Amino acid sequence: MVDYTPTEMMTVSASRALKNDDVCFVGIGMPSAACNLARLTHAPELTLIYESGTIGTKPDVLPLSIGDGELCETAVNTVPVPEMFRYWLQGGKISVGFLGAAQLDKYGNINTTVIGDYDDPKVRLPGGGGAPEIATSCGEVFLVMKQSKRGFVEKIDFVTSLGHGKGGDDRASYGVDTKGPSRLITDLCIMEPHPVGKHFIVTSIHPGVKREDIIENTGWAVEFADELAETPVPDAHELQVLRDLHARTAKAHEGQQ
Amino acid sequence: MVARFMSLKEAVASCIKDGDTVSMEGFTHLIPHAAGHEVIRQGIRDLTLIRMTPDMIYDQLIGAGCARKLVFSWGGNPGVGSLHRLRDAVQEGWPHKLEIEEHSHAAMANAYDAGAAGLPCAVFKGYRGAELPRVNKNIKFIECPFTGESLAAVPAIRPDVAVVHAQKANKKGDVLFEGIVGVQKEAVLAAKKSIITVEEIVDNFDDVPYNAVMLPNWAVTAIVEVPGGAHPSYAQGYYKRDNAFYKAWDKIANDRDSFTAWIDEHVMKGGPEDFAAKREANKG
Repeated sequence: MVDYTPTEMMTVSASRALKNDDVCFVGIGMPSAACNLARLTHAPELTLIYESGTIGTKPDVLPLSIGDGELCETAVNTVPVPEMFRYWLQGGKISVGFLGAAQLDKYGNINTTVIGDYDDPKVRLPGGGGAPEIATSCGEVFLVMKQSKRGFVEKIDFVTSLGHGKGGDDRASYGVDTKGPSRLITDLCIMEPHPVGKHFIVTSIHPGVKREDIIENTGWAVEFADELAETPVPDAHELQVLRDLHARTAKAHEGQQ
Repeated sequence: MVARFMSLKEAVASCIKDGDTVSMEGFTHLIPHAAGHEVIRQGIRDLTLIRMTPDMIYDQLIGAGCARKLVFSWGGNPGVGSLHRLRDAVQEGWPHKLEIEEHSHAAMANAYDAGAAGLPCAVFKGYRGAELPRVNKNIKFIECPFTGESLAAVPAIRPDVAVVHAQKANKKGDVLFEGIVGVQKEAVLAAKKSIITVEEIVDNFDDVPYNAVMLPNWAVTAIVEVPGGAHPSYAQGYYKRDNAFYKAWDKIANDRDSFTAWIDEHVMKGGPEDFAAKREANKG
């Protein structure tokens, strides 16, 4: 069996969620590696879009930021930012939004704004950026995030971006007709929303992870599906491609460290 | 009125005054750092700074006490972490309290577009189920008069001055942007005045494709040639992002004294001519 880290397990599982014909709006950070891994393995025609306006980008290395020249140079086209948000995102042309978060609740509502009170914050986070509209305008949303009690909380401090709201049909009550968070991939497991309540339930556990590990690293009462799957381990090819991607990225940015 | 070629000192002094609303744009590319430094050197105060992605240069302007208010949608040091001067101003009120007006990218992109289009507000499908409308009175919802659909509305962005960096101007003063063009064109067209720093001034644009992003000279107020003027961000075709500096900034800005010492040494005692060497050092 091939050795891999929990982060590699998470990235590979996240990449597998994407299909070859998806058009994916790529969030900053963790999603970027997963999306590019998908493109370099099972989904070569996957369209990746970054909010800087790059459509169909095929970066050889992971970008330092969403505005890297590499994203523009390898894209089918680069459009102005207003066009990106108006025609392509709001216009409903994007099938999947891939997002991370600082804080997440069991309904997939996301906080990337503040920890603590908005007017007197304990920690001021960068803010929503593109996420509030990515979360509502993309066909569905995949979330990728390392699991911890600090991040996976009963109540988030600020609703930056809508998930399933208060659960059930609440999301639709805001005039949102897209699916919302349909998968949450962590370093321990995969969760999917309950078909009726829309709260996340664990549907697949990564090999070697115990139920207690998931419970201990989650701030809400964890619910497990009746039929729990074991997440397939990363195969040798996926790991090789992912490690090569990270190695190329490190080398390319080496002179700039 | 046709764009005038000026020194950076003259451009900032003649276009920006205390209390103005200023957009220095650049979506992690072509960020007008040299112009921002000139604003700090001239000691301009009480600015309302607008930018979708305020990063290092806004951190510097805020820490140097130039800003009264910040309008933004994502504030951070991209790929590195947070902006310590912005945090210190918001959380501790240093060097003085900073008012913030926070939006999403979609809202600001639409607001620039509305500003350029001469509209009073932008209307879009946004902020649905999001909490920002609770804390930002400039986010409202209106009903579509035809369908009844509820739509978000934000005021158009109409800055007093837009400040951006571009690759080239020709000798007539027309300006060419390439690569990730962000909201620069919209910001300039939405503003009353504009300062554009460029990498170089060329005779003509003969080799440029028909649909390139350009601003004609009569749509621009001031043009300044500042080679390397976007450093430490990058200018497509000229130089790469100086990532070492982005990382170094995290330490410099983390402490009020080291920040102030850096501003004294590199901004107050510096000038736009310092940027050319940075361009050479980051050629890729």
